[in-house]
Formats: sequence, C-alpha cells, structure tokens
Amino acid sequence: MQFPILSVIVFTPLITGLLLLLIPGERKTEIRVTALAAAAFALVLSIWLYFSYDLAVGGYQFVEKYTWLPQLGISYYVGVDGLNAPLVLLTGIVMFTGVLISWGIDDRPREFFAFLFILATGVFGVFVALDMFMLFFFYEIAVFPMYLLIAIWGWKVTREYAAMKLTLYLFIGSVVALVGGLAMYFSSGLGTFDMVALEGAGFSSNFQIFWFPFVFLGFAVLGGIWPFHNWSPDGHVAAPTAVSMFHAGVLMKLGAFAALRVGIMLLPEGATFWMPYVILLTIVNVVYGAYIAMVQTDLKYVIGFSSVSHMGLVAMGFATLNHDGMVGAGVQMFSHGIMTALFFAAVGMMYDRAHTRQIHELGGFFKKMPIVGIAFIIGGMVSMGMPGFSGFIAEFPIFMGVWQFRPWVAIISGISIVITASYIIRIIGSVFFGKMPEHLEHGDDHHEPIGDVTALDKVALVILAGILVLIGVFPSVMVPLVESGVDRILLLLGGV
Amino acid sequence: MFGSINSTMILAILPEILILVLAAFVLLFDAIWSEDRSRNLGWLTAGGLLLTMVLSLAIASPRGESALVWGGMLRYDWLGMVFKMLFIFGAGITALFAMEVENLGKRGEFYLLLLVATLGMSLMASSADLIMLYLAVETTSIPMYVLAGFFKRDEKSTEAGFKYLLFGAMASALMLYGFSLLFGFSGVTSLADLAAVIGSGGLNTAVMLTSMLLVLVGFSFKISVVPFHFWAPDVYEGAPTPIAGFLSTASKAAGFAVLVRVFLVAFPTISTQWTMLIAVIATISMTLGNAIALAQKNIKRMLAYSSIAHAGYILVGLVAFSDLGLTSVVFYLIAYLFTNLAAFGVIVAVWRTTRSDEIDDYDALSRRAPTLAIAMLVAFLSLAGMPPFGGFMAKVLVFAAAVEAGWIWLAFVGVLNSIVGLYYYLVVLKHVYLHRSESEDIPIPVTRPYRLALTVLSVGIILLGAFFGPWFNWTSMAAKALF
Repeated sequence: MQFPILSVIVFTPLITGLLLLLIPGERKTEIRVTALAAAAFALVLSIWLYFSYDLAVGGYQFVEKYTWLPQLGISYYVGVDGLNAPLVLLTGIVMFTGVLISWGIDDRPREFFAFLFILATGVFGVFVALDMFMLFFFYEIAVFPMYLLIAIWGWKVTREYAAMKLTLYLFIGSVVALVGGLAMYFSSGLGTFDMVALEGAGFSSNFQIFWFPFVFLGFAVLGGIWPFHNWSPDGHVAAPTAVSMFHAGVLMKLGAFAALRVGIMLLPEGATFWMPYVILLTIVNVVYGAYIAMVQTDLKYVIGFSSVSHMGLVAMGFATLNHDGMVGAGVQMFSHGIMTALFFAAVGMMYDRAHTRQIHELGGFFKKMPIVGIAFIIGGMVSMGMPGFSGFIAEFPIFMGVWQFRPWVAIISGISIVITASYIIRIIGSVFFGKMPEHLEHGDDHHEPIGDVTALDKVALVILAGILVLIGVFPSVMVPLVESGVDRILLLLGGV
Repeated sequence: MFGSINSTMILAILPEILILVLAAFVLLFDAIWSEDRSRNLGWLTAGGLLLTMVLSLAIASPRGESALVWGGMLRYDWLGMVFKMLFIFGAGITALFAMEVENLGKRGEFYLLLLVATLGMSLMASSADLIMLYLAVETTSIPMYVLAGFFKRDEKSTEAGFKYLLFGAMASALMLYGFSLLFGFSGVTSLADLAAVIGSGGLNTAVMLTSMLLVLVGFSFKISVVPFHFWAPDVYEGAPTPIAGFLSTASKAAGFAVLVRVFLVAFPTISTQWTMLIAVIATISMTLGNAIALAQKNIKRMLAYSSIAHAGYILVGLVAFSDLGLTSVVFYLIAYLFTNLAAFGVIVAVWRTTRSDEIDDYDALSRRAPTLAIAMLVAFLSLAGMPPFGGFMAKVLVFAAAVEAGWIWLAFVGVLNSIVGLYYYLVVLKHVYLHRSESEDIPIPVTRPYRLALTVLSVGIILLGAFFGPWFNWTSMAAKALF
C-alpha cells in the first residue's frame, strides 16, 4: 500500500488542533512552536504532493478509498487532479504563513490555533474529496470554526455581527446545495455519493436545469458571487489577520471549487443552460466589486471588495465553459489566494502598529517597513494583472475565454482592471509613499513610534510575494497542470 | 391464558423484568441507607440500568424473525429493542443528572418513579395491541406527571405538574376514544388484526380518518408538535431540569415509537391522507417552534421550543413513509436523545451554582467552567446540525428520505428552518464564549456524576456523527422489523 499522503495532509491539522487543546493554555511558546511545526509539515507534504503529480498519467492520483457507510454508498474517497492540486498547495502555504504572522496573538493562542487548524482540516477535506457526502461534511466543518475565530479574536466593532452574518449566509448556501446533492444521489439510481461515478449518471436535461441553480449558487455564496457576496467584505474586515488570509485566500476558493466540482461537473447540461445568466451576475461582481473597492476609505474593506471583484473573475472564467476561461479561472484561484493572503497580512501588520486602517490617516510606511512595501507593491501588480506576475497568467486567459463567449462582456469586465489599477496605485502612493503623520512617526501619548515588522512577518511576506513572481515568470509550473484538470471537465461538457 | 410460557416470552420482556427488579432494589436501599448515603441511589439506578442494557443486549437481542408474544400483546422485534435501549440509557443519564440536585437526588421515590416511567416506555415501544398500548402510555404518563411536579414547594414546578396532567389526561381521553372507535368498527384490538381488517377493506374511510385523527391527538401531545405543544414550554421550565431533559428526549422518543408502529402498521392504506397531514404538521411545528425559540430569554423555554421544532424534523422522516424514512426517524431520535440530554445536563450543572436558567446568566461560562462550555458547544452544534456531530447525520438522513420520496418542498422547509435554529443556538454559544461577566472569576464546579454523564454523551454525539456505520445498522434493522 502506498503512503496515504492525502489523509495525512487532511488530518494533520485536526490532530494538531486537538493536541494543542491538551497543552496548558499559559505555555504559549510551546503552543506556537507546535502549531508552526504542524503547519510546516503540512506545507512540505503539500509541496511534495504538488510536484509528484504525474502529468503524463493524468486523472485522479494518490487516490484513497475507504467505506464509511456502505448502506448508503458513502465513502471516504480522496484524490487529486490538476485542479485541486494547486488548491491543496495554496492551503498549505496560507496555513503556514498564517501561523507565522499570528505569532503575536496573546489572547488564548491555544484555542486560536486549534480552531484555525480544525478549519484547515475542513478546507483540505473539501479540496480532495471525491465523494459528495464527504465534501458536504468537510464543507460544514470548514464553516463553523470561522464563527468562533471571527467572533472571539476579531475586530471589536463589528465582529459579532459579521461572524453571525457570515455563518448564516454560508450555512444557507450549503444546505440548499445539500438538497440538490441529495436529489442527484437519488435520481442517479446508482446508490452512491461517489462523484466520479455520478459524473456518468446521465441525469435528464430537465433535472439538470432544475437543480443546477440550487447547487451552483448554494456553493457560489461562499465564492462571493453577487448578489450573495454581502457577507464577505464584512467578514474579511472583522476577522483577525490570519483568519482574513484564510478566509479570502482559501475559503472563498472552497465555494468556487465546490460549485465547479458538484455544480458544473455533475450537471454539465444545467451548466450549459444557465451559464449566460451566471455570466451576467459575475459582470456585476467584477465591475461593481472593483468600483466599491475604489470608494472605500478603510484599507481592509478595499481588499475585501477587491476579493469580490477577483472572485467574480473566477466564476466568470468557469462560466465561459471553454478551455481558456477555465484554465484562467483555475490559475486565478491560486493566484488570488496568495495575493489576498499577502494583502491581508500586510494590512494587518500596519494596523497592529498604527491602530487605524483609514487610508488618509496613513502614509510613508515604505520607509519604516520596506519589505511590507515591496510585498504590497508586488501584490498590487498581481491585482492589476501586470505581465510578469501571476495575475496576468490568470486573468489574461479568462478575458480570452470571455471574448470567445461575447466580446462585449470582456470589454465591460475589462473596465475593472482600470478601476483596480486606480485604487491600488492610490493606496501605494498615499499609504507607502505619502508623508507619515507626526504621531505615527515619533509617537505620542497613545502611540509607539512605528517600527519595522518582525522577522517572522518578513519570512511570510517573502514566501507569498516570491510565489506570485514565480508563477508570473514561469507559468509552466502551474498552467499545464490546471490544463490537464480542465480538459477532463471539457470532456464532461461534451468535448471540445 | 397465555398458554405455556416459553423462553421467547421471557426474553421479550427481560428489560422490563430487570427494571422492575432494580426498582425493588431502589426501594430496599432507600429504606436501609441513611440520609447522607441516599445520594448513592443515583449511582445504584444508573449502574443498574447500565447492567440492564448490557444483559438485555447480550441475552435478549431478537434474532431472526419478529414474533408476537404474550397473547399478541407485545411484539418482540428490533424496533422495540432499539427504543428500549434508548429509554434505559436516557433514564440512567437522568439519574446521574438528578443525584446532586437537592430535594431530588436523595429521594428514593424519585428514582422509583423514573424507573416506572421507563418501564412504561419500554412497553410502549413493543406493544402490539391497542389495550396494551393504552396501558403502557398511562404507565408512563402518571409517574411523569408526578415527576414534573416533584418540587412540591415550588410554584412553577407544581404548575408544571398540574398543567402536564390536565393536557395529558385530555389527550389520553381523545386517544382512547379513537381506540374505541377502531375496536367498535373492526372488532379487534391487535394491530396486526386491525391491519388485516383494514387491508381487506373492512373499515370505511370516514371511520378510519376520524379514529386516525383522534389517535394522532394523543401522540401529538406525547411528541409535542403543533397544535398540541402548548404544555411543553411551561412544563420544561417548571419541572426539575433532569426531568425536563427526560421528557424532551426519552418521552418524546416513546411517543414516536408508538406513532410509527400504529401509523405504519394500522393505517398504511390511507397513507396519502396522513402523510399530507403530517407534512403540514411538521412544517408548522418546525417553523413555529424555531420562530418562537428565537425570542426566548430562558434557556429551558428555548430548548422547549427547539424540541417542538425537532419533533417537526423527525416527522419529515415519517412523511417519507419508506425504509430510509423510518431509519432516519430512529437515527434522529437516538442522536437527539444524546444531544438534548447533554444540553440539559449542562443546564442542571450550571443551575446548581447560579440558580438561574436565564440565557444572560450564561455569560462567560467558558471562563467559569471550560469543560461545561465544551459540552455545551458539542450539544448545541449537534442540535444545529453541524458535522462531525450526530445532529448533522440525523438531519441529512431525514432530508434525504424526504427527497427520495419526492417531498422536495418539505426538505427545503426543513433546511431553511435549520438555519433559524442555527441562529439561536449560536446566540447561546455567543453568551458562553464571547460575553464577559462580573462573576466570571467564580468557577462552576463539575462534580463526578456530571463529568461522567457529559463525557459519555459528548463522545456519543461525536461517534454518532463521524462513525455512523454501526448505529445506522441498528436503526435500519429496527426500521426493517416493521415492514
């Protein structure tokens, strides 16, 4: 038997989380070191997994299957292909960097890391699940710890409201999708939740057209699709930094990915029927999200709405149902995950020192924390889709795919790039290069003078920024992999 | 009159015999033990019930075909067995919760009444004859009336007991009237004979519908669904908390056991009518229960309304009227018993220190008693239907059954309701984990009986939700026993 690498990746965070709860709460250093070690372990495994996926063979690899409830055809069934391998890697990276930048959390770090890790298990579980029941199971596990993480460690002003709103939104989406999933299970007549088998179930057109919106939109809520995106910026803003990173970087991909896996892959005819309408929604996401981001004055809200905009591009890419659009969307999930994690990390570092996120109250940070500045600028380049950075590799194919669908959609959506550029450049200009307010520069009764970030913070930022550049310069480390995954979906859609 | 007594007949009532023996022991030791030792009656009851479970499962598990025993009064099958184990387990946990409550834990008659009620429930689960059924229901109800009003000097408790008695007597009378109509028109009392008469078209639809409605009133009261739910909030609030927990779980499960048996065995021919009726009842119960629970300030009242909603979810499984539907009903009842008992256990433990059931007084519980807070987290998330807890699997099964049977709208009503539920469960958890309180430095002690019972329940909830194979086998065996 081969080494069950996927199970080890999925359950390492959970087991670590439970072990952390056994360590006495006051031994904070030990807790942090344990958390970091576990995150590093999961990261190394996910990197190894990513690079040992054999493109020549293709299909699902590292497959493990154990029966869970055979009477109903539920199994623990995991595997990776070209689409989810990058997402597993993404989760590993965000988890590791998230632990690094959360080093300074002093209020009950034990519980913080335990909940964060339980969340990570849920996320890994969804990404590798090939069984629909298992996917729902881990999906819900990923949603709940979010509530506690935001409500306990979040920003005092809005945390209770934002946490409740987020949890209810996501729960509504998932239970609606669950009913659709059950309908598929019974209608297939196969008596199994095995998604690979269900792909060949041959659901009738009417069935697919009826159920597709429930399943797709149910999951897309977590992907931040308009008009169900409302929970997301509030949630991002209220969450503590590491949770924002997880939330925008990984959790939103969970929604997009599940919408793809369960919605598009199992109900391809429904997808074909509904996609023009979905694209209309995503246009709003992309353009309106970017526009709202532009008029925000709170840095974190800017990033939050920019996530809505960029995730709209992911959904738009998938909705084109053609090769270019889907490959772009696949890469965008990874690229945006890393980019947003970087943004939230940088904003969190500034907020921790300046105690404000209002753009007009900040300025001149480049001098004080150059690494943060450079990383933020790289993130900004990615966000604008500049060539040489991963954003270009992701967004250019999406627009190509959209153009093949309807040129006017691509043109309208293209406006978002301009808007994005305007707010990113404005932030970089005023926050990093403007004049630093006096009380931040030298300190006063309420403030310490601003200093540089810690070494751990720098390591985290360098990792994130490095990956963004790496993908931009060598797209071949990711694009062929995603293409292999997309080809399989296109076959399900009727082959192109 | 029963002919010769054979071993099957004894095995069929082995759990009841053992409970009776245990009751005799409780009486005996109540007389022997002095005041300061009589708290140990709780250990005796719980231990005795555990032994009863083990012995019954080891010796008296039904093998092979189901059989009618004792002149057709009882049916010896897996459905009855599973429910009996459930009641006995629930009673054991209740005894543990009660033993450290003053004016309750040291009273021999409390344990005696609890055991008699459990005995009645066991008989309810396996009775196969209208007469036996009615006797069993009354054997359960009368001790429960007394238990609900056990705190004689407490106004709310006496009110609870009295209210429960009045509502119960009324519902019982209507149910009995329904039974008498059935007997009058068919001439038989055994459920199997009744099914045969109905199957051959011996009863006209009007009679069947009337008697079905009357019987349904009696059962609706037991399982506390709309419109016979009015007693639940007041009784839960006033009754001693361990008894409220017992009422909301074991007693409700017993009601479902007879409901399932009577409706599926006696009324299958008019299933189109009653499934629609029950679908409507389920919808209103879920919606009303959840909506009113939102506004509650007292945690016991909140759980009372939530239990009305949960009865609605369980009815969804019955509406499906299928193998999977029945399996889901039994699974849900098991999960709900573990979950709700855990919730009430926490409430008892907190009340012993704070003397309050107001939700506001749960502020900072996570700082005052971390273990209780964790048990509460597990219980409430399971109630809300979150994995990896039992409530998740239970809800999935119930809704799956509904979807399978084509009740798509009902499944949607159910899942949307579960979101309302999630909201108010989260509000309580918010008090527990987020809010600060002036008394947060005063710890709440968790004594051994609570620690034991809550550990067993929490582990059970997780096992139900993550490793559901064996439980599912049990429940589906129980379901198949009926068809």
